[in-house]
Amino acid sequence: MRHIISVLLENESGALSRVAGLFSARSFNIESLSVATSEDLTASRMTIVTSGDDAVIEQIVKQLDKLVDVIEVSEITSNEHIEREIVFVRINNSEIDKKIMDKLESYEFLKIHNSKSNDLIIECVDSPENINQFVSTIKKIAVKIVRSGAVGINSN
Amino acid sequence: MKQNIDNNNEKFTGAEIFVKCLEAEGIELVFGYPGGAVLHIYDELHKQNEVSHILVRHEQGAVHAAEGFAKSSNKPGVVLVTSGPGATNSITGIADAYMDSVPIVVFTGQVRTALIGNDAFQEVDTVGITRPCVKHNFMITNVKDMASTIKKAFYVATSGRPGPVVVDIPKDITEDKCEFNYPKSVSMRSYNPHIEINSDSIIEAAEKILSCEKPVIYAGGGVINSNASEELTNFAKYLNFPVTNTLMGLGCFPGDDPQFIQMLGMHGSYEANMAMHDCDLLIAVGARFDDRITGRLDKFSPDATVIHIDVDPSSISKNIRAHIPIHGDVKDAINKLSQEIIGKKLRPKNIDNWWNQINEWRKKDSFKYNQEGDIIKPQFVVDSLYNVTNGDAFITSDVGQHQMWAAQLYKFNKPKRWINSGGLGTMGFGLPSAMGTQFANPDSLVCCVTGEASIQMCIQELSTCLQYGLPIKIINLNNRYMGMVRQWQEFFYEKRYAMSYMDALPDFVKLAESFGHVGYKVEKSSDVEPALREAINQKNRLVFLDFITDQNENVFPMIATGAAHNKMILS
Ligand SMILES: Cc1ncc(C[n+]2csc(CCOP(=O)(O)OP(=O)(O)O)c2C)c(N)n1
Repeated sequence: MRHIISVLLENESGALSRVAGLFSARSFNIESLSVATSEDLTASRMTIVTSGDDAVIEQIVKQLDKLVDVIEVSEITSNEHIEREIVFVRINNSEIDKKIMDKLESYEFLKIHNSKSNDLIIECVDSPENINQFVSTIKKIAVKIVRSGAVGINSN
Repeated sequence: MKQNIDNNNEKFTGAEIFVKCLEAEGIELVFGYPGGAVLHIYDELHKQNEVSHILVRHEQGAVHAAEGFAKSSNKPGVVLVTSGPGATNSITGIADAYMDSVPIVVFTGQVRTALIGNDAFQEVDTVGITRPCVKHNFMITNVKDMASTIKKAFYVATSGRPGPVVVDIPKDITEDKCEFNYPKSVSMRSYNPHIEINSDSIIEAAEKILSCEKPVIYAGGGVINSNASEELTNFAKYLNFPVTNTLMGLGCFPGDDPQFIQMLGMHGSYEANMAMHDCDLLIAVGARFDDRITGRLDKFSPDATVIHIDVDPSSISKNIRAHIPIHGDVKDAINKLSQEIIGKKLRPKNIDNWWNQINEWRKKDSFKYNQEGDIIKPQFVVDSLYNVTNGDAFITSDVGQHQMWAAQLYKFNKPKRWINSGGLGTMGFGLPSAMGTQFANPDSLVCCVTGEASIQMCIQELSTCLQYGLPIKIINLNNRYMGMVRQWQEFFYEKRYAMSYMDALPDFVKLAESFGHVGYKVEKSSDVEPALREAINQKNRLVFLDFITDQNENVFPMIATGAAHNKMILS
């Protein structure tokens, strides 16, 4: 099962590698990991997308909580929540045809940027599910795909 | 963090502050080895008398000594080493302390902050290298953080589930100056070791304890770390429940008590492992269901309800699902359970049938051996050591067969008497940890039970022992083999003894003498006891007893890796 774990951790040097190191040392999965500042200037929030059965997720949460730099850990997928991810896809202009453009219209938060080299850069912000779908639609003609990994927040 | 308000504006160098912090922390002993990055600190240590420095002969020895010191006392061990090779040499000890939850603080020198990341002379990324094997680590990048970081380091190392903390100190930080305030207390929002025990789980556990028919108390090193031996013993005695110990837990319940069913696990007793397999209630206390304990997981205690008390929630339900998890300090948890049961004068069910079954298993006498003839059986040496010392010595050990025989046959009646490397299984641990134990217990008898392979891994510390007059007794069970390796090769590799024979051994008597100590070679079984007595009588000397033992002896019982508890090889 896919889970999103949200971690608030002290803004100390090395805190990120403690988390990353924990995942590799204990062979936990990481599908994506993103980290940035939070509402608290001295702490960062990290969002980890991982997968595993309940026992594995329980261990991940406990092991994260045990790290001395970690202030708070929560598994957000087991409650109501919102998830978003951003993706940039670069495509060669000559590859664009009407069929694809029609398909892309259906994505809500889509923006098209022009690049100097006559390529198009498509930006899409959506749920990871929709992003996956979007990426599979466009993959064949994509020159480059850049995904941010998901972030999420509980909505209850 | 609250600062100690001090109107004195005098400024001190980082090195001076370092020493003042140790003093303020009540640290009397530091085990270490000097080098460029820590010379300012050494200079300050030299100028004062409050904190003594013990010079080891290898940084690994410093860390094991600090571990022995911490394990045999209620104080943290402290280590000071230089950057680069000093730090890397200490890694084995740090990893050892991590696996066995030993409270130590290791201070490592580091190159100047301006040089960090430049591949400077004797630079290694100590914080990076040690990260996976410490409870926590710090690098001090501003002298103003020196005092608060050191305070935090001791707090983290000694609270909750104890463990090693590394503090990396760049050389320029030890020159920089600032005022000195040692914080009186420390609180960290991201680290709170004080846990309120859930009372529902106590009530639920008490109900199970009162209604079970085949209970076992499985107690580990966490009982010793929590100083809860007395509480556990009283609780178990009241209930009349059988108690087994892990390798790390030995001594937390009296080894000569009739309720003690011996150590469990790979080389545990028949009765302990059979009881673990057949029990209907398993009360795990400060133990972590390590693979050397459980054997095959899906065949482990198949019918048991599991109550698991541990201070580290990640130990609970990691390998074995706990039906009743009790997260908290072991002492606190046992006190609460005792209130719920003893306090209310409640009695468990009669478990005579269970005891009859256990006593039946006991008849196998699974640690038995045969001392016949002149050739010395290694078990006989341990047995004799127990008799000669009235079971009251501090015993450190290395890793191998001798360690298992010491664990099986020396009956520890008190906690903190059995000092060994359980989790990491580090050969070389025995001698330096005996030094730390002797420093912590200067008037007690400290014996190191070792093998001719293990002892050579930190043999250089014999020199330290001479310098500080440590009268350790080294009990070398010399079977001319890496016995434990040979045993596995005999059982699982059709007796192909690849590299397990110890060729070209030194003359240990001469070796001990060349280090300024006393050495005896003992070759006949009838000489074992007299030699031990003679060694112990030499109160002020380190005596190296080289016992030439039976080469072919194996440790029994044995549960092969991945086998179930009721599938023991008995002989
Ligand atoms: C540092 C280290 N290297 C290798 C091992 C693997 N090992 C475990 S026991 C053992 C043999 C120990 O031989 P000895 O000290 O003579 O003890 P004996 O088993 O003969 O009693 C070895 C090599 C280890 N535990 N630690």
